[in-house]
Amino acid sequence: MKGVVKRFGTITAVDGLDLEVPRGICLGLLGPNGAGKSTTMRLLTGQAIANAGEIRVLGHQLPQEAKAARAEMGVVPQLDNLDIDVTVEDNLAVYARLYRVADVRAAVERGLELSRLGARRRDAVDKLSGGMRRRLLLARGLVHRPPLMLLDEPTVGLDPQIRTELWSLIDGLRSGGTTILMSTHYIEEAERLADEVALMADGKIIARGRPGDLIAEHAGRETAEVYAPPERLAAVRAVAEAQGLPVRPAGPAIAIVGSERAQDGAVPEDAVRRAATLEDVFVLLTGADAE
Amino acid sequence: MRRLEPAAITGVMSREVANFRTFWKATTFSSVLEPIIYLLAFGVGLGSTIVDRVDGLDYVEFVGTGMVATAVIFSSALPAMFGTFVKHRFQNTYDAILAAPVDVEELVTAEMLWIGIRAGFYGCFPLLVAMAFGLDPAPGMLLVPLFCLVTALGFAAFGIAVAGTVSKIDQFSYVTTLVVTPLFLVAGTFFPIDQLPSGLQAAAQLNPLHHLVELVRHASFGFRATDLIRFAVLIAFAVVLWRVAVQRMTARLID
Repeated sequence: MKGVVKRFGTITAVDGLDLEVPRGICLGLLGPNGAGKSTTMRLLTGQAIANAGEIRVLGHQLPQEAKAARAEMGVVPQLDNLDIDVTVEDNLAVYARLYRVADVRAAVERGLELSRLGARRRDAVDKLSGGMRRRLLLARGLVHRPPLMLLDEPTVGLDPQIRTELWSLIDGLRSGGTTILMSTHYIEEAERLADEVALMADGKIIARGRPGDLIAEHAGRETAEVYAPPERLAAVRAVAEAQGLPVRPAGPAIAIVGSERAQDGAVPEDAVRRAATLEDVFVLLTGADAE
Repeated sequence: MRRLEPAAITGVMSREVANFRTFWKATTFSSVLEPIIYLLAFGVGLGSTIVDRVDGLDYVEFVGTGMVATAVIFSSALPAMFGTFVKHRFQNTYDAILAAPVDVEELVTAEMLWIGIRAGFYGCFPLLVAMAFGLDPAPGMLLVPLFCLVTALGFAAFGIAVAGTVSKIDQFSYVTTLVVTPLFLVAGTFFPIDQLPSGLQAAAQLNPLHHLVELVRHASFGFRATDLIRFAVLIAFAVVLWRVAVQRMTARLID
């Protein structure tokens, strides 16, 4: 994507976005709600048309060749849009046909194996648990074995156990060589799965790199969290900021980022020191609370 | 990839078939029972008490053949309106389909075809029921499914276009009250159009359902030369509404 702009009336959802995803990597598009991640995904499937800029997906110019591009990509949406009255295997079979898979039966079997729903193949989707439905959504997006997967907030709203289960599936895809573009606002998800992270805010990429490199560049080695009454927190913040250290809220505490650079007295002795994380980078650069 | 690929259209239709398998009993039940109730109420009830013969036909034959049009509009326009709206707004089905190599034109065409085929099939039920009430079979009736299909395609497209236009599901009330019900009542199903004031008679010529009613009656009791024009009107109605539906849904589905 080069210089892509997408406006909805007076709102600019994507604002001059430049984004390139090398083959074979998992790129995490990390940003707070409203950053423009889902719009970016829709632009890549041709379901939104850019007002300006250029988009190419797997060599196909969009929106003119959007259909050909979609034939080579799989999409896992943020919202569950399975056909709930239809059986698990019919859900897979329908999408195998939509993606022009020659051997529909084999594609269904692959999908059942991937989603580990072989025993539930003849059950209607509304009889499945939330985790099973998410696995089925992922399998549906992979029914034609695409070289590129777009995952739009793939684990949003799921409990930690199911999230971990899905992460294993996604990690398996990445290991298998599938190129993945994954939007998320979960820091841990990006840290665990993404080879590279592009931090998005206000419709733009504001930082990009390997998670470790981003942390080193923007947050340093160490963060000190200080838990104290509000008046003391304000005093600690003032001292740290006077030394040029970024300070961010961290729930009931404040976090002094890059605390290894602090001079005497800037970090109280009772502060909890920990390694800097992507969450520190996210909050510092976007100003949004992390999830 | 070219336009209107058969694989895309049949793929979307296969989704409809998979869903239909879960609710076909209820749809078939109402499609069979409704014409029986109407024929008992209007054909037998009214026919044996107030009206005896209309346009040279027993009233039960008159209503039985006319009821085909009623079945077609109610099994095409309404499912298209509500089904399209629900799939778009509440189930996000179209987001999933349009993430596959299917474009809006193929999606709309497939939805129209599926509803058209279904309504074409169910549209024939009143004729079968009327036969049980004494209507004689005729060779021309073999063309009735075709007439029903073409009309249902037009009304399916109408329903899809409406769903692609309204912002809330409640607004369908305006469409059913101001458009569907008048079309259904002034089609010549329950009384002949030539008894209406001249202005309404002229307006009825713009009503596709009226042309379907006439075609079905003529298929049952003898075709006339003007029937080719009537059939052409139905085809034109379907084609024009198809393009309108594609335009409305493109505006709705593509940001």
